[in-house]
Amino acid sequence: VSSPPKAGVVSCSGEGCVQGTISRIATRLVLEKLRPDNTVTICLPLFLAGEGGERMFAKYFPTIAVDGCEKRCAKKAIEKYSGKTASSIVVDDLLKEWGLPEPQSRRELNEEGVKVASRVAEKIVEAMDEAFAARAQAARVRKHADV
Amino acid sequence: LTGTILVIPCSGIGKPFGTISREATYSVVEDLKKDETDTVCLSLLVMGDEETRNLIKTHQCIAVDGCPAECSRKNIELSGGKLAAAFRVVDLLRQHRDLKTQNVTFLDENGKKLAGIMAQKIASKVDELNRGGNAE
Repeated sequence: VSSPPKAGVVSCSGEGCVQGTISRIATRLVLEKLRPDNTVTICLPLFLAGEGGERMFAKYFPTIAVDGCEKRCAKKAIEKYSGKTASSIVVDDLLKEWGLPEPQSRRELNEEGVKVASRVAEKIVEAMDEAFAARAQAARVRKHADV
Repeated sequence: LTGTILVIPCSGIGKPFGTISREATYSVVEDLKKDETDTVCLSLLVMGDEETRNLIKTHQCIAVDGCPAECSRKNIELSGGKLAAAFRVVDLLRQHRDLKTQNVTFLDENGKKLAGIMAQKIASKVDELNRGGNAE
């Protein structure tokens, strides 16, 4: 029996703004509830503070960056220290696309904030499925080329 | 931000420690010491954001880390920041073994209690620093 495919999901965790809280909660929802068998994550600052092994992260797993704001710290950190991202999600962009106001508290999401985080989590799952499909397609192409 | 002390939690996402470090930080910057403290995104420091680097060089910083990897303390130091104090949730847990906590996404009662204790420690340190206490 082969093990389920894994994708990395790395959140900016931005402590300074509510979008960072949403990015973190959305990542946790994917990890805990939506795709527990397919998801791995890492604390973003470990790319700098860790012992080096962390920098192999994006080489091992197709990795999705989940950022709160346009500064895109997660995407930039992954690509600077580890490898190319498979996909990039920005919470601020999604709020604008969905016509939703910014939830108020960065400290504890209210009911509306949790709903937004759940929608972001679904977008992360979509990105994971696309990454798995792309990997499967690439594997088929390689197999075909070897024949 | 003149005169403000920056309290910077880790971005821990895999265990409750990081969540506790953030809740303790928010408790300090939004309630206990709201006029004397503020916070910044640790990931901005990781990316070398110029504005954030300048802030941590010109203000006293308190690192609040979840685990022994000490991402907040290390990133403040690597960025040339003024580290005035550093706390670790993992140390607090050793002192309060009765407060076992599991939840990461949303803290349970024990997690909230631990965050409250950590917040009081940080607030005391803020008072000490404002009285002219020595930086580390």
